Amino acid sequence: MSNTKKIILAISFLFITLLSSCSSNGNKPGTSDAAEKVYVAPGQYDEFYSFMSGGFSGQVTVYGLPSGRLFKIIPVFSQHPENSYGYNEETKPMLQTSYGFVPWDDAHHPELSQTNGETDGRWLFINANNTPRVARIDLTTFETEEIIEIPNSAGNHGSPFVTMNTEYVVASTRFSVPIPQKDVPISSYKENFKGTLSFIKVDKESGNMNIEFQILVPGFNYDLAHAGKGPSHGWAFFTSYNSEQANELLEINASQNDKDFIAAVNWKKAEEYLKEGKGKVYNTEYYRNHYSNSTHSATSEKINKIVVIDPSECPGIIYYLPTPKSPHGVDVDPSGEYIVAGGKLATIIPVHSFTKMIKAIEGKEFISEISGIPVLKYESIIAGEVQDPGLGPLHTEFDGNGFAYTSAFISSEVVKWKLGTWEVVDRVPSYYSIGHLMIPGGDSKSPSGKYLVSLNKITKDRYLPTGPELCQSAQLFDISGDKMKLLLDFPTIGEPHYAQGIPAEKLINNQRRIFELGNNEHEYGLRSEKDAKVERNGNEVHIYMTTTRTHFKPDNIEGVKVGDKVFFHITNLEQDWDIPHGFAVKGMNTAELLVMPGQTRTAIWNPQNEGVFPFYCTDFCSALHQEMQGYIRISAKNSDIKLSYN
Amino acid sequence: MNKKERILILIAAILLLGTFIFPIWKIDLNAPQYPEGIGLRIWIDKITGVSEYDLNNINKLNHYIGMKEIEPSSIPELKIMPYIVILLTLFGITVALIKNIKFLIAWVASIIILMIIGLYDYYIWGYDYGHDLNPTAPIKVPGMTYQPPLIGSKQLLNMTSVSLPDVGSYLIGFTILISCYILINYYKKVRIKNA
Repeated sequence: MSNTKKIILAISFLFITLLSSCSSNGNKPGTSDAAEKVYVAPGQYDEFYSFMSGGFSGQVTVYGLPSGRLFKIIPVFSQHPENSYGYNEETKPMLQTSYGFVPWDDAHHPELSQTNGETDGRWLFINANNTPRVARIDLTTFETEEIIEIPNSAGNHGSPFVTMNTEYVVASTRFSVPIPQKDVPISSYKENFKGTLSFIKVDKESGNMNIEFQILVPGFNYDLAHAGKGPSHGWAFFTSYNSEQANELLEINASQNDKDFIAAVNWKKAEEYLKEGKGKVYNTEYYRNHYSNSTHSATSEKINKIVVIDPSECPGIIYYLPTPKSPHGVDVDPSGEYIVAGGKLATIIPVHSFTKMIKAIEGKEFISEISGIPVLKYESIIAGEVQDPGLGPLHTEFDGNGFAYTSAFISSEVVKWKLGTWEVVDRVPSYYSIGHLMIPGGDSKSPSGKYLVSLNKITKDRYLPTGPELCQSAQLFDISGDKMKLLLDFPTIGEPHYAQGIPAEKLINNQRRIFELGNNEHEYGLRSEKDAKVERNGNEVHIYMTTTRTHFKPDNIEGVKVGDKVFFHITNLEQDWDIPHGFAVKGMNTAELLVMPGQTRTAIWNPQNEGVFPFYCTDFCSALHQEMQGYIRISAKNSDIKLSYN
Repeated sequence: MNKKERILILIAAILLLGTFIFPIWKIDLNAPQYPEGIGLRIWIDKITGVSEYDLNNINKLNHYIGMKEIEPSSIPELKIMPYIVILLTLFGITVALIKNIKFLIAWVASIIILMIIGLYDYYIWGYDYGHDLNPTAPIKVPGMTYQPPLIGSKQLLNMTSVSLPDVGSYLIGFTILISCYILINYYKKVRIKNA
């Protein structure tokens, strides 16, 4: 080979190497078989359901894993014009609060109900951060069934985490505020501001929620929580930051202490105090809203009392575990022994031992006391520290095989480490700025250690750009081997703070297909087309209308007048799977109605002008969907046209 | 007729009562919109859907092509058939008791004749439903009628219709087989005696 040829070859080789290194900037999945691993063939089902928080959309989204396909947006805390949740008369009460009707919230942490520490597929809970509430979603209908407001709370962030048998859903306050509320100078923070830890009892059969008690705690910012399991069952753990109790410029002033606290609460002990009558009844005001699948309507109930426990009067119910530094997540491993903190400003991941904690409590190894709450000695309770865990460790889940996975926000990576030896064994970048992460069942006693989902705050260049507002995203990793492998990016709706995953077979056979017409107890519901009618009561006109393929009954209505308040009560008579009908009338000032088979939905319409106005079915129902329509005639206020319909 | 044969006749007669527990005919429909299937079960005294609301849904679909609603309470055969089955069962028990071969022949013959009448009636019923279409039906396909097959499969627009005997009919079949077996045995014996 001549020298020239050698040089050309060498240059070509260099060029090719350069080219290939340019394209390997992390945009490629880690393995060539990634596509095969996430491919769910048309008509096939995903292996897992994944429930993601919709963040500032206020809703929950349902995705399949491993495909990353979006199945449903479940409306929870925000109005949802797509199916009229929060717009129709039946669901408006769901959004009732002590502040009146609140059409939006910020939903952070979905949490599946558990039995014996395992996900049982009955309910999904999620918190509203801004106007403190917890919602319960029924996993047979994938609809919100109950929302309870939490009084004496502000910024309901550390919520809603379940105990091992869903005895309680726990919630903590991000913002401390005067409790009860009063008009005081903000600078009197240290003196007047308090936090609360709420224990919401969940009825075993119905799932109905009731706030059993609240614990009044020093005015720190409480951040996240998790309940114990196995040996630590009966305890719940809450992280806190701002133990400095700053009330301004928290980014500096709340980041001064080397250690903040995990509050360890012995809720079984608290129950004993309650029985002894140690709780104090506070007057307050909050709402509980409940939706029924027989009346197809929600009702709001105002509650005026709550039981509050002051830990200084009830020793032994709460201890502070010193924890570096401004911890975010607090996660209990599948065995129930290790309590892992995501100290977001810490340079290590501290892991507390439940056994050591109990010993330290018994040995009274306290270093101080804050408002009657003993502070345990760090060295006495620590099981180990994970060194070099990445910058900004936030949240940890477990694979059930002895490994933990921690998200590191600042260094934008997932760090895998071994329980017991505390050594980091693998790390992969996430794109970009991972917040929480999720392994199906990863916070339960039996995780499915196959996939990990990283929930990212920023996407930047990951997708086709869509103007200034970009999607947020999730990334799917294969964690079945020694090394984590990136499989898939998929966009999410709103900010995916946290997610839950569950094997599909736990839910698939419990799904409702229709609502039985025979059980429809709606006040204005109908069971047969023969009962369709229109009634006038003063200036209120109630239209009892039915839908079926492919007509409304009645579909011609006359004798309605300007100034009337018209109620369209639509009952969908279908009893067939996936045959909803929709309803909209021209100029209506609310969202369409989307009515599931056997359901009744009501829209109020205030006709303002004379004329004839069409209404039609908005959900493509069948071959003659375009024929599914009708007219309502609106006459002058003083008109003597009689009410009539066909 | 020996004891064994009499017991067999008794069993054959009681098998007929199985038609109260099992449907006698089934019609299964398949369409792109019904991957889970939809269908009817025809009993001696009722018509039901495979799942709870299938009949309701089939009526809804049929209205597009103008077929009459299937209204089980207005079908007289469903009221008569249970009595016929009970009478045939009693007849069979009588045969076993009085041990008369001519009665056995009469019994089998009446079952077969009634079955043929039943099938013919079912055919007429299907013909009527398939042909007597509402002239104002939204979907009218020239030359198209919707009579379900008596036995077998037929494509009716987007629906593949499969019509087959169900468990009840097989039980009737067993009754006939058992009776014929006894008759054949009887005449074999007669021939041997005469030879």
